[in-house]
Amino acid sequence: MAAAIRIDALTKDYWVGFWRKRPYRALDTLSLEVQPGEVFGFLGPNGAGKTTTLKLLMQLIFPTSGQAEILGRPLGDVGARQRIGYLPENPSFYDYLTAEELLQYYARLFGYSGTDARRRTATLLDRVGIGAERRGQQLRKYSKGMVQRVGIAQALLNDPDVIFLDEPMSGLDPLGRRDVRALILELRDEGRTVFFSSHILADAEALCNRVAVVSGGRLAAEGRLSEILAFQARGWELVVADVRPEVLARLAPQIRRSTGIAAHRYALELPIESRPAAILSELVAAGATLVSLNPLRDTLEDFFVRRVAEMRDEAREGYGGNHRMSGAGAREGAQKDDEGHARD
Amino acid sequence: MRAISWIAVNVFKESVRDRVPYSLVLFAVLLMGASYLIGQLTAGQDVKIIKDLGLAAIAIFGLFIAIFIGIGLVSKEVERRSIYPLLAKPISRPQFIVGKYAGLVLTLAANVAVMTLALYAVLAYLTYTESPEFRDAWDAPGVDPQMLKAIVLIFVELMVVTAIALLFSTFSTPILAAALTFGLYVAGHFNTDLRNFDQVVESRPAVLLARAAYHVLPDLSAFDVKTEVVHGLPVTFGYIGTTLAYGLAYITALILTSVVIFSRRDFK
Repeated sequence: MAAAIRIDALTKDYWVGFWRKRPYRALDTLSLEVQPGEVFGFLGPNGAGKTTTLKLLMQLIFPTSGQAEILGRPLGDVGARQRIGYLPENPSFYDYLTAEELLQYYARLFGYSGTDARRRTATLLDRVGIGAERRGQQLRKYSKGMVQRVGIAQALLNDPDVIFLDEPMSGLDPLGRRDVRALILELRDEGRTVFFSSHILADAEALCNRVAVVSGGRLAAEGRLSEILAFQARGWELVVADVRPEVLARLAPQIRRSTGIAAHRYALELPIESRPAAILSELVAAGATLVSLNPLRDTLEDFFVRRVAEMRDEAREGYGGNHRMSGAGAREGAQKDDEGHARD
Repeated sequence: MRAISWIAVNVFKESVRDRVPYSLVLFAVLLMGASYLIGQLTAGQDVKIIKDLGLAAIAIFGLFIAIFIGIGLVSKEVERRSIYPLLAKPISRPQFIVGKYAGLVLTLAANVAVMTLALYAVLAYLTYTESPEFRDAWDAPGVDPQMLKAIVLIFVELMVVTAIALLFSTFSTPILAAALTFGLYVAGHFNTDLRNFDQVVESRPAVLLARAAYHVLPDLSAFDVKTEVVHGLPVTFGYIGTTLAYGLAYITALILTSVVIFSRRDFK
């Protein structure tokens, strides 16, 4: 089956500086494929290149090199946009229009007739929870969360096959976030492809079939969540009751950390290379009772933090020589990443 | 074409909900009313003063609208980031530019129409109240259809200014775009001096430079036939046709340049 989104060595350089312009690589030979029907999480810290990637896919900026296809068509194919929905990060619309007027305007650009535009608008505003009493108000009177909901509605207006959502949870309260999560799952169940960028990892864990992690403009990891996290067991957690302190003291060299969770009840963290069965046998022989034994796996957040730190170390050591294109650019880039702002 | 018209309608809607054009039109109408009062102070010259001030008001306030809305046509979309979801819709960048331009021209047309009606209303009132012997002494009738020739040319001049503002709006900030547009407007009205530069300067390179500038800069003085119309002098349809053709050719060149610049632009 043809990929819904195919990104091939996409690279974007910006020229920074006022007098002495120098190149700064915002995205470095990114390659990805997203299959139809997938919910794909595009993760990374601020300044990693997530928004740059989405803007390249939407042709809001043009690549320095590389190419990409959406639904088998090259970027810039205006006809392909008939089947694509896009929610920008922190969306902003014409605040002199009402939500209804805005959606009807966009619907007309998609070629809907007046009647169909009104019908689609009403359906979508219902779907994102903008009540009838607010639809006639100008958007300048909307809260950030409501604007975000309108943004999601406009991204779904044309019944798209592929939906790009840039930080869709941004500006939403917990209820709004729950609604958007439910909406993304509905879209997945309807067979649509959803590509969403986020730095909220819990959302990715709850929603995504696959994720990619980018850092400093480069792909740090990509795969199914189960694959990424499956081999990341970093130890064992053994919970035991009725443990005497002297037994615990005797086993201390084999235990990485022990935490008392109740009287004579402990959670013991064992290194991955230890033999939990042997330790457990000793504990049981000394009168302890087993409560539970589980492998300690990385959460996505653990994986994310570690991988991003590794990528930054590599960049500082000059391992990724082609990443930041000059010394000055590298320093500026690292600084921008650290400051957590810049392009996304 | 359909997408262009919807973009144009949206520009028009924005300007209708913006209070600046309203206040400008109101001010222009008040000025025309005031010109009636001024005219009362000058025996026999009142109709000329009203026509002069009225046509000048249409040109000046139209210019304000063209510049102050025109410079924001693209830059405002980029600044408030409303361009992101818009360009993700099935529209091309050239359609966006042409739609934006058409929308502002529609706005200008509405504003010029209102000011024209106000001017004719004042003139009709004056004609109705003036004694026949005074009316006979006028160079041209009070309610003179010939004034429409001047108004049409003013409108096309405003279209040129709008296209200039749009061009600058595609790559510069609103303040810089306003300054550049106004600068070109002023230069455009003194363009004829560049053509005749050889009569005052002997340096051959300077004359060639001035001649080149004359051909590149818009000749906006060609659109100004206010004096002729007010004094009842003839303005031929041939002249109007030639000037219109010049204006439309210049507008086409400006819009094409805007499209080329805008089509390559990154929205960071």
